[in-house]
Amino acid sequence: MPFTEQLVEVDGCRTHYRRGGKGRPLVFLHGAGGAPVVLPFMEKLATRFDVVVPDHPGYGKSDEPQWLENIHDVAYFYLDFLARLDLKDALLVGASMGGWMAMEIAVRDTARLRGLVLVAPAGVKAPGVEPADLFLLPPEEAARRLFHDPSFAEKRLAAPMTPELIDLQLKNRHTTARLAWEPRLHDPHLPKWLHRIGVPVAIVWGAQDRILPVAISSELGRLLPKSTLHVIDGCGHVPQEEKPDDFCDIVFRFAR
Amino acid sequence: MQIVLFHLMPYADLDLEAGRKNGTVWVTLPNANFDPEKGHRLYNRYLDELEYGEELGFDALAVNEHHQTAYGLMPSPIVTASALARRTRRAKIAILGSALPLRSHPLTVAEEHAMIDVITGGRLISGFVRGIGAEYHTFGVNPTFSHERFHEAHDLIVRAWTEPGPFAFEGHHYKHKYVNLWPRPFQKPHPPIWIPSQGSKETIDWASHPDRRYPYLQTFSPAKVVQRYLKSYRDTCAGYGYQCEDRQLGWAVPVYVSSTDAKAREEAKAHFEAFRNVFVRMPLEMLLPPGYTSRESLKNVMKAKAQMFGDVTLEQALELGLFVCGSPQTVLASFRKYWEEMRFGNLLVLCQFATLPSDLTRASMERFAREVMPALKALG
Repeated sequence: MPFTEQLVEVDGCRTHYRRGGKGRPLVFLHGAGGAPVVLPFMEKLATRFDVVVPDHPGYGKSDEPQWLENIHDVAYFYLDFLARLDLKDALLVGASMGGWMAMEIAVRDTARLRGLVLVAPAGVKAPGVEPADLFLLPPEEAARRLFHDPSFAEKRLAAPMTPELIDLQLKNRHTTARLAWEPRLHDPHLPKWLHRIGVPVAIVWGAQDRILPVAISSELGRLLPKSTLHVIDGCGHVPQEEKPDDFCDIVFRFAR
Repeated sequence: MQIVLFHLMPYADLDLEAGRKNGTVWVTLPNANFDPEKGHRLYNRYLDELEYGEELGFDALAVNEHHQTAYGLMPSPIVTASALARRTRRAKIAILGSALPLRSHPLTVAEEHAMIDVITGGRLISGFVRGIGAEYHTFGVNPTFSHERFHEAHDLIVRAWTEPGPFAFEGHHYKHKYVNLWPRPFQKPHPPIWIPSQGSKETIDWASHPDRRYPYLQTFSPAKVVQRYLKSYRDTCAGYGYQCEDRQLGWAVPVYVSSTDAKAREEAKAHFEAFRNVFVRMPLEMLLPPGYTSRESLKNVMKAKAQMFGDVTLEQALELGLFVCGSPQTVLASFRKYWEEMRFGNLLVLCQFATLPSDLTRASMERFAREVMPALKALG
């Protein structure tokens, strides 16, 4: 299923996104590392959905708007983005930072949403659970921690670094810091409003997540009592890349 | 030339092996490594050294701010400056500087600096910094707002020092209904403001602006780098349409003086290398968090990573001009040569570094003050 690249201006921000497939809309919100390429899980999702993968404001090939100061700005931006593309009954799938964004969007307005899939989401602090410090980990160590199966990290580390990729990584890292430096990777006000999410929620987590430990899912389950939890064994922080078939099956079953 | 005795107040009793093993003495080195009884002796020893600096004829005594590190034990240089305020009579006291963006309420800086200025009858030199990258980790302040917060806090402080209060301040990061400083500073219009920096174009453009003309101090860098940035400051002034005065430029550098070159090197070697290779060391991610510098500067540092983050020996440091060490004749000749190349009006000498003990520190200070300083003061 081919993906096309497009640009749309929303709130003065030229926003780059990829789109492919047919079916009900599915918006994938990427994590701190961005979504620079079409990955196998996107192709697979596109067999059943109209998949939209935006680069968040401040990430990838999207602009870095002046107004982008915190995660709330991102949430309001995405409500405008959904309206601009006139997406209805959309499944919002957010991974890590993107999962946090999905929750921030949904506590504000779910009118265009059919449901949420939160993949090892940031956004909520669980008592006694310490996430890895993204901003202090050396890059190699960070890559290794993303996956349970070391071959994924080795493959990623072996990939050639171009100047364009370095620029992209620095840009993504800058925006991640802007949104998530303090409080680190969460919004202390978010738990107060999670009850406003009336649409179904599925939570997906790798059992061996060494970035945001799976223990956070208990706290999230407590805050979202109607959600369903799917823990994938033998899997790190990025189930959609490390276990794409399991991940897509969960999304397909959830959407039925 | 104005000669300033600069102190970092490091934790000289540090277990160097613990520091090396942890990879850095910043942010993550467990504070179990700090012994308050040793700390008590060190603080008092260092304050004595600074007070001795006045007796030896230094023009100013300088302290600075660092947090959660063995590198320097002055999370508040204002405390140190206050201790010096009543124990000194003549020397200026320089706070180089207060890390403005780390404050949630920069008026506290305006107030406390003003207090010292009034207590000392106008002997304060204020300095403003952004804090180094590691401090954005320890303080949690978002580094992507560092420049904005610095500029806004600066504007607030200078207005608080100079404008009749009460007035309201409406910034983006700082908002105050009532700004009405008691006490107002002693010096008119306000204490001098110096800007220490590791070197950045943004800082030079800002400090040298005709509205400010703040003295710019290049800290702990190879002489070639110092020369490049000081020249850049001069060029920027020319670009603004005025000629830079020598008093607008300064260099902060570790110095060690002994009876002969060989003796100086032998005595300083272990201590200097501990300074450069243990106390200063930190990983890139800690030094330059996102947004602390422009992404272009960050990329340049990444390219020079091997050179910047590897060990440096005393011999290499002397070659680089990262350290000035030798007999009084050698040290004087070095600074003469550097001065002729750069014409800095302020020289900040770090006479104590890392583990350098009290007796060697004092002997070096004495030799510098008696045999080097008079000739340097006569320059420019």
